Amino acid sequence: MLVAMITVACGGDEDNELVIMSHDSFNISDEVIQEFEQANDATIVIQQAGDAGEALVRAILEKGNPSADLLYGIDNTYLGRALDEEIFDTYKSDLLDLVPDKYRLDASNHVTPIDYGYVNLNYDVAFLAANNMSPPTTLEELTGPDWAGSLVVENPATSSPGLAFLIATVSYFGEDDDYDYLDFWADLKANDVLVKDGWSDAYYTDFTHYGGDRPLVVSYATSPAAEFFFSADPIDAPPTANILIDKATFLQIEGIGILKGANSTNLAKKFIDFALDTRFQEDFPDKMFVYPVNRNASTPDFFVWAEQPKYPADIGAAEIGEKREAWLQAWTEVVLR
Amino acid sequence: MPALILTNLSKSYGNMPAVSDVSLTAEYGELVCLLGPSGCGKTTLLRLIAGLEFPDSGTIAFDGVDLRGVAPHMRGFGLMFQDLALFPHMDVYRNVGFGLRMQGVAAAEIRRRADELLELVDLAGFGDRKVHELSGGERQRVALARSLAPEPKLLMLDEPLGSLDRVLRESLQSEVRSILKEVGVMAIHVTHDREEAYAIADTIVMMDRGSLVQAGSPEALYKDPANELVARSLGVRNIVSGTLARADGPAQVVCALGTLAVGWPVPSEVPVGGDVLALIDERTVSVIPARDAITSAGSTLAGTITAREFRGGESALHVSVGDGTIVCLVVSRDAGTAAQVGDEVSVVVPPEAVRLLARGGP
Amino acid sequence: MTASRLLILGPVAFLAVFFLYPLVAILARSFSGGALGLESFSGLLGDSYYLGRIWFTTWQAALSTLLTMVLGLPAAYLFARHEFPGKTVLKALTTLPFIMPTIVVAMGFIALLGPQGLVNTALTGLLGPDTPQVRLTNTLVIIFMAHAFYNYAIVVRIVSAFWANLTPRFGESAAMLGAGRVRTFFHVTLPLLLPSLWSSAVLVFVFSFTSFGVVLVLGGPRFATLEVEIYQLTVKLFRLELAGALAMVQLVFTYVVLLVYARLQERSTVTITLVPHEAVTRRKKSWRDMLVVTGIVVALLIVLSPLWALVERAATAGGGYSTANFTGLFVNESGSYFYASPFRVIWNSIRFALASMTIAMLVGTAVAYLLARPRRRASALDALFMMPLGVSAVTLGFGFLIALNRPPLDLRGSWLILVIAHSLVAYPFVIRSLLPVLRGMPGHLKESAAMLGATPLSVFIHIELPIVARALLVGATFAFAVSMGEFGASMLLVRPEFATIPVAIFRLLSQPGASNLGQALAMSSLLMAVVALGFVVIERFRYREVGGF
Repeated sequence: MLVAMITVACGGDEDNELVIMSHDSFNISDEVIQEFEQANDATIVIQQAGDAGEALVRAILEKGNPSADLLYGIDNTYLGRALDEEIFDTYKSDLLDLVPDKYRLDASNHVTPIDYGYVNLNYDVAFLAANNMSPPTTLEELTGPDWAGSLVVENPATSSPGLAFLIATVSYFGEDDDYDYLDFWADLKANDVLVKDGWSDAYYTDFTHYGGDRPLVVSYATSPAAEFFFSADPIDAPPTANILIDKATFLQIEGIGILKGANSTNLAKKFIDFALDTRFQEDFPDKMFVYPVNRNASTPDFFVWAEQPKYPADIGAAEIGEKREAWLQAWTEVVLR
Repeated sequence: MPALILTNLSKSYGNMPAVSDVSLTAEYGELVCLLGPSGCGKTTLLRLIAGLEFPDSGTIAFDGVDLRGVAPHMRGFGLMFQDLALFPHMDVYRNVGFGLRMQGVAAAEIRRRADELLELVDLAGFGDRKVHELSGGERQRVALARSLAPEPKLLMLDEPLGSLDRVLRESLQSEVRSILKEVGVMAIHVTHDREEAYAIADTIVMMDRGSLVQAGSPEALYKDPANELVARSLGVRNIVSGTLARADGPAQVVCALGTLAVGWPVPSEVPVGGDVLALIDERTVSVIPARDAITSAGSTLAGTITAREFRGGESALHVSVGDGTIVCLVVSRDAGTAAQVGDEVSVVVPPEAVRLLARGGP
Repeated sequence: MTASRLLILGPVAFLAVFFLYPLVAILARSFSGGALGLESFSGLLGDSYYLGRIWFTTWQAALSTLLTMVLGLPAAYLFARHEFPGKTVLKALTTLPFIMPTIVVAMGFIALLGPQGLVNTALTGLLGPDTPQVRLTNTLVIIFMAHAFYNYAIVVRIVSAFWANLTPRFGESAAMLGAGRVRTFFHVTLPLLLPSLWSSAVLVFVFSFTSFGVVLVLGGPRFATLEVEIYQLTVKLFRLELAGALAMVQLVFTYVVLLVYARLQERSTVTITLVPHEAVTRRKKSWRDMLVVTGIVVALLIVLSPLWALVERAATAGGGYSTANFTGLFVNESGSYFYASPFRVIWNSIRFALASMTIAMLVGTAVAYLLARPRRRASALDALFMMPLGVSAVTLGFGFLIALNRPPLDLRGSWLILVIAHSLVAYPFVIRSLLPVLRGMPGHLKESAAMLGATPLSVFIHIELPIVARALLVGATFAFAVSMGEFGASMLLVRPEFATIPVAIFRLLSQPGASNLGQALAMSSLLMAVVALGFVVIERFRYREVGGF
C-alpha cells in the first residue's frame, strides 16, 4: 500500500510532459501556458524550487538525473557558476535575433535570455517630502550625515538584489582606486547602514513605507510601478520612486536553459521558442515586473512609472563569475565582521 | 473546654450533600474514629477540618479560635492521606523532616527529631532509603512519622491502613494506637473497617450519608446502637424484625425466629404491639445438639444448621430457626464432635443476648 | 516478542531510509571534492569568525530557553490547574505563534513595536510628540522576545499536560506539613515537574539553536546562527565542503546537547502517581485564585499581541477597516498560472498536516515506548532519535533531493517528500511529550510495550490511556502545528497544485505593493484561524474519562 502510494505520487516522466524548474518569483498566466499545451499536445508542470540560488544548487546536485527539463531563473550573476558546472545543453533559438545585443546573456547559448530588470535604490516619497529632503544624486552622499541611518540593503551573500547592488558599487567605485568600493562600504557601515537577509525582510519590515525607519532601500526599478499597480486604493502616483544614479544601478538579465539529461528535449526547445515570442513576452511584465527581451514586445501602461536607467553598471557575466566570491568575502569582512 | 468544636457543618458538591449539619467535639489527646460506609462524608469532613475544602455553613473552632479563613498550612494540623503521598524525589529523612524544615528548625535538630521518630515507628536506620525502596508497611510508618514530626495539634488519618493486607493491617493497628497515645496527640482517624475502629479509637463517630448518626465509645455503640445501620456497621449480624409482645416482666418479642425473652430495657417509645428490631448477640447464644437436655435458661429454639464458617478458633454457625436464620459463634471443636451442616440443634438464647431497637429509624 | 521487535524495527527503518540515508548522501557529496573534508574542518576551527558564530548560536539559544521557560511556566500552571470559560480557545491561541512563518511574525512585531507600530503610535498619541520611541527592532532584545514568542507554546503544552496529571495530593501533603503555596511550589511541585521541564527545555534550546528566519528577519546578518551560515555557504557561495563541515559541527553539537538533556531527564524522573485529571473546580475559588487566573490570562493575551497587530493590519485597507484583503485572495486578478485559491491552499495544508501528524504519531509513540523501558544507553538512543531536530534543514533538504531521486524512491515532485520531511521534524515532539509521562507511570511498562495492537489491550485502554491520552494529544497537536508551519521545507515543495498556506504567503510577499502585503496578512490570518480551529478539534478527541480539560 505504501509502495503504491509512492509510485502514484511520483509521476513518471513521459515525452509529452514538460517539467520546468524555476525560482519562486516566476509568474505567467494560465492562458499562456494552456496555449502552449494545446498547440503542442503536451502537459506543462512548473516546479518552484526556492529562490534563484536554491534552484541552481538543486540543479547542480541533480546533475545527470534532473527532475526537470528546463531551468528558468539563471541570471548574469549566477551564469558563471551554471556554466562551470555544465548543467545545460546548448540551444540557439531562431527568435534570438529579436533580442538586442546588450541583453544577450550567454554567448555560448547554454542559457537563453527571457527578461531583464534593474536593481537600484528606491525612496519613500512622503517621508522625504515631510523631512524636506531630496533624494541623493551620488552614492557618496549616502556616507554623509544627512543620510545616517537611512539606508537598508540586502546581504549580497543571501540576496539577489543585494548582490546586484554590491556589483554596482564595484562598478561605480572600482576595485583598486584610492577610494574603492570597500572604502565606500566601510563608510556606509559607519553611517549606520542596515543589512537584512532578503528583499522581503528589508522591504516589508524596515522600509519606512511599511512601518520601518529606513526611507532608502535597495529594490527594483519596477518597484514603484508595482506599488502603483498593487495599491489598496486608486492613487495618482506611486508612493515610492527610483534613484537612478549612473553606474549605480545593475542590469539583471534572466534566462532559461535546457538541463542535460532531460527527457523532453524537443518540447523544451519549442518552449524556449515560445518564451521568446511576443505572446509570452507581453504576458509576464505585469506579473513579474521585469522587461521583455524581445524588442517587439510592448510593456503595460503603468510601466511608465518604471524608468529604465541609461547607464547601468558595466560588469560582464564572465567577470562576475570570476570575482563574485572574492567580492562577497571582502564585503562580508568589511561590513559584517 | 474541648479542643476541637465543629458546629453545624455542612458542605455540598453541586446538588449532592456531602456533609449535613454535623456537630462534634473532641478533647486533647483523644483518638476519634470516623466510621461509616464509603460515601458517607467522612473524608470530606476531614478535609473541611484540614482547610482543604470550605464549608457551605457551620463553624470549625480549635482552642476557641474560629478557623474560617485560616489557610491549611497555617492551622498546625497534620493529615496522613490514604495514598500516603510520600515525596518521591526525597529520601526518608527529607520526607520525615519536611514539616520541620517548613517551621524553620535548624538542620541538626531536624535530623535528631527525624531519628527519634523513625525510632518510634520502628524504622531506625531507614533514613537514607529512597521512597521506592520501601515496602508497603514501611511507607505507612514513614508517612506516620512524617505527620507526627512537626508536632501537630491535631492529626488526621484518612484510611491510612486501607491498602495493606490483613496481617500487616492488624499489626499496625495496635501500633498506631500505642504510638499516638505515647505521643499524646489528638487524632481523627477515618476508616470503613470496624475492627480498625475498635482497635484504635477512644470514641467512634458513625456517619451515614453526610450526617452524624451516633458517637460514643466502642463498647457503648456496640451495646447500644442508635439504629440498625450502626448495629450492622459494628458487626451485629443477628438483626430481626419483630413485634413487642410484652414490655416487661420479662419483656418479650415475637419475631421470625420465635418468641424471645428480652433481657435489656425496652425502648420507651415503643408500645406493646409496636414494631421493633431484635438484636441478638451471636456470642452469648449457645448451640447444643437437639437431643441434649437443656440446662441453661433462656428461650430455646429448634433448628437446623444450614452453613458453617470456619474461622480458626471459632466457627460461625448459621442455624435455620422458625422462619429465619440466626448466626451463632461457637468455639471450634475437633472433627468428631463438631456440628455439621444438616444437624438438628437447639439454640439457646439467653435474655441478656437480646436487645431491642425501635424500628423505622434513620 | 515479535510485536516489540516491530516496535523497534518500524521507526528505525523509517529513520534509516528517510533521515540517515539522505544525510549521508549530502555529506558525502559535500566532501567529495577535498580530502574527506578534513581541510575544511581545520579551516573551520581555525577561523575565529565561525567559532564566534558557534559561540553566539549557543549562548543566545541558552538565554532564549531561559526566557521561554520563565514565560511559559505561569501559563502551564494556568492550564493545568484551573478551569475557566474559553480555556480551550485560549490554549489554541497560545500555540499559534509556533506555526507562523517567520516573516509574518516579524511583520507582526514591527506592526506592534516598530518605529510606526501600535505601541509607538499610542505613546505619541497619549503623551505628546516628543515622547521617546521604543526602538527595539534590529536589536538582540527583540530576537529573544521573538524566540520566546515562538517557543513558549512548547513549554506550556508539555509542562501543563504533565502537571495536570500530577496528583494534587503532594501539594496538599505539603500544605498539611506547613508549606504555603510558594514553598510548596519550590520544594515539591517544581522537582516533580522536572522531567517535563527538561523535555520542553531541550526542544526550545534546539529550536533556538537551529533558528534561521527569526534571527535574520528581526536582527539582520550580525546575528547569524550556524544554520544561516550553512545556508549561505550551500546556496549562495556554493561551498559545499565548508557547509558540510559546519553541518557536521551542528550535528555533533546538537547530539551532545541532546545527550546531556536525556541523561538529566532520565535521572530526574521518579515514579510518581499520575492520575487522570480530576476536575479541580471542586474547590471553591478564592478571590486570590481569580486574581491569579485573570492576571495570567491577560499576560497571555499581551504576549500574543503581535498576532493581533497582524490581524488588525490585515483588516485594514485604504485607511479604514475593510475586508478587501480577504476578498482579494479569492480573485485571480492576473490570471496567473500559479494562482491557488485559498480553499485549495488551505486544504493542501490540512491534508499534508494530517498525514504527517499520523506518521509522526506512529513513529514517535513507538520510539517513546521503546525509550521508556529501563535499558542501558537509553540516553544515547534518546539523543539519537531526536537528531532530526538538530540537523540543518538546508542540508537535509538537499540530502532528500539527491538521495530520493531514483525509483522506487524517486519522491521528487511528490507530496510525500513534504509529508515525510514534516514528520521527521514533528515526531521528536511526540517523544518529548510522551516520555516523561511513560517514565512516571509505575509498573505496567512490560504490558504497554506491546502497544501496537497486542495484549493486553484492555489494560492499555482502561488504565494507561487516560493518563497517556493527554500527552498523546500534546504530541498530536505539535505534529499538526509543525506541519502547518512548515519549517524550511519550502525548497522541497514543487508543484503548484501542492501549494500550502505558507507558500502562498511567500509568493505574495515576493513583490512590492500594499495589496500584496494586505493579502499576505489576510492569508496569515486565515492560517491562524485554520490552525486554531485544528487545535480545538484535536482537543475534542480527549479521552472522555480524563475528565474536565
